Amino acid sequence: MKFLPKVLGLCAAASLTLGMAQANDKPVKIGMITTLSGGGASLGIDIRDGFDLAVKMKNGMLGGVKTEVITTDDARKVGNAKQIATRMIKQDNVDVLTGIVWSNLAMAVVPSVTKAGKIYISTNAGPSALAGKACNENYFNVAWQNDNLHEAMGKYATDQGVKTAYILAPNYPAGKDALTGFKRFFKGEVLGEVYTKLGQVDYAAEIANLRAAKPEAVFFFLPGGMGINFVKQYNQAGLSKTTPLYGPAFSFDEGILKAVGEAALGVHNASQYTWDLDNAANKAFVEAFRAEYKRNPSLYASQGFDAAMLLDSAIAAVKGNVSDTDAFRAAIKAAKFDSVRGNFKFGSNNHPVQDIYVREVVKAGEGVSNKTVGKVFTDHVDAYASQCKM
Amino acid sequence: MQGHYLLMTTLLFLEQTLNGLQQGVMLFLMAAGLTLVFGIMHLLNLAHGSLYMVGAYVCATVTQASGSFLIGVISALGACAASGMVIEILAMRRLYAREHLDQVLATFGIILFFNELVKILWGPQALFLNPPALLNGTMEILPDTPYPTYRLFIIAVGLIVALGLRHLILNTRVGMLIRAGATHREMVGALGVNIDWLYTVVFGLGAMLAGLSGALAGPMLAIQVGMGENILILTFVVIIVGGVGSVRGALVGALLVGLVDTYARAFLPMGLREFMEPANADNVGAAASGMGIYILMAIVLLFKPSGLFQAYKGQS
Repeated sequence: MKFLPKVLGLCAAASLTLGMAQANDKPVKIGMITTLSGGGASLGIDIRDGFDLAVKMKNGMLGGVKTEVITTDDARKVGNAKQIATRMIKQDNVDVLTGIVWSNLAMAVVPSVTKAGKIYISTNAGPSALAGKACNENYFNVAWQNDNLHEAMGKYATDQGVKTAYILAPNYPAGKDALTGFKRFFKGEVLGEVYTKLGQVDYAAEIANLRAAKPEAVFFFLPGGMGINFVKQYNQAGLSKTTPLYGPAFSFDEGILKAVGEAALGVHNASQYTWDLDNAANKAFVEAFRAEYKRNPSLYASQGFDAAMLLDSAIAAVKGNVSDTDAFRAAIKAAKFDSVRGNFKFGSNNHPVQDIYVREVVKAGEGVSNKTVGKVFTDHVDAYASQCKM
Repeated sequence: MQGHYLLMTTLLFLEQTLNGLQQGVMLFLMAAGLTLVFGIMHLLNLAHGSLYMVGAYVCATVTQASGSFLIGVISALGACAASGMVIEILAMRRLYAREHLDQVLATFGIILFFNELVKILWGPQALFLNPPALLNGTMEILPDTPYPTYRLFIIAVGLIVALGLRHLILNTRVGMLIRAGATHREMVGALGVNIDWLYTVVFGLGAMLAGLSGALAGPMLAIQVGMGENILILTFVVIIVGGVGSVRGALVGALLVGLVDTYARAFLPMGLREFMEPANADNVGAAASGMGIYILMAIVLLFKPSGLFQAYKGQS
């Protein structure tokens, strides 16, 4: 008679969901294309984990509707991402796409998604083109426009009285956006502006040039493994004692800090999210994330989580009828969810209007971690919103 | 003022030369193993980068547990030599008679296997490893130019390994068999040499060198899944430039590639700034400097289609 309780349980579960599921027994399908292998894998893994955690906390039902998430690894390759997107749209018939980490992949995939009439929620990449002239009503960014965190760092460096800076970023759309963003708010002189190869591992040549230029500060945007390489090598060259590093949160996320350790102590960086932010939604998120994955959530994890919670609110608002694209889109734009970063709303170009903080790398237990120390921008709007006509 | 500027530029040039040598030495450690395996067994081994990754992971883990970088490196050497020999016996041995395309497919599979294995054993987060305290500083071997001691250490280790390999190949019995195997495989077998055993040893030696390279790279680089794939592409450029199968070619090729890559990255954008808008110069420079080594490869192949050195034809 062992099977009886199981059967009873199933019946109970079935009758519970029956009430909600009547109008929409079709599950909502979400296609997640992200980077799970290779040098940028830690970012995609964080995004996926954040997203999956939200779905799990909602018992597998975003907005009360059974949710199926199809996750596929793009290995940071443009060709893979395009192929996966086509398959998800044509074969799997997903309702929403999300997850891309890198701006060059987003530029290749997003326009074809929105053209096919599907909704795309960006969990990370926010290239300037998609925020400005090439904006689209079906494209939402729940993270930031690429320039934002760099703009905050430019302002912070200026406020700190930095007169000369040397700046570096990888040679891809987000790298250009990063340095443009920094320069938009940095009032001092830029002594050198260097674009390195995406995925570069050795920065000895760049560091030697940088030392010769004698800047007061260095601003760099190198996400993932590139940041680990750079910070280690910068420290070994003895430069961290004389020339402070500034960067966006991408250069000092929790994964990078774990790998560089005390080499990053005292560094300031800008982020829209840190795990120590004081609000109810974030407390619940951090607790659940630590319990599930045994680590602190990074900004990437928060972006994945917020994307799922945003969808949760929108799917609930249209009662699961996501094929009514106009209503679904309006429900997403309303952004009626509690973001773990606190203040959040969409601007006219479907990009966030949000606060940006500066944080410091401090000792925490055995390792090092970020601590929020101040706010640089309140309700910050990106620079391209005015170019977006939709 | 003019003289001062000239001095600064010279110092920077010398510092960049050191950087190029250091990069070249790291490439040599990778290329030496790969070129031996390719030259002697005619085996295209894409999984060479996986052994580099295993070297870095083992070194980081053992160093953290034991507190000694030296023990870490030695363990990495042992682990990589052992994994190399196991791979050879289990997988590679079945591939010698197959076409290169089959070998690419199979060794690509081994890459995926190792990436997943490392992810299961160590998790997706990058590991932490610092240089040992003794080497974790800077030295002013050039006036006014503090240079990371650890990078000097790598240059020294690389050159010692190069000399050791030269001795091994030219002056020992194993080396003689390696040279003979590269040119007259069947004949060596017919003379009663256990070719299977020779191949296993050579493969293990190559794996050990890759592991050394990975272990030494650990303190400077992100130790993470897939770290070997980046360096693998450069390594192939090196052995094509140097001549497939020749260890001397690997050394010359690696130093050339290291220097050309470093000079291009360091000086091309700077040079372009002299006669272009800074923003344009940076863009063009970034794109062009990435091509430097491939242009080098094209030029070498134009004049020497089989690379700079030939593997042990006659005496070399």
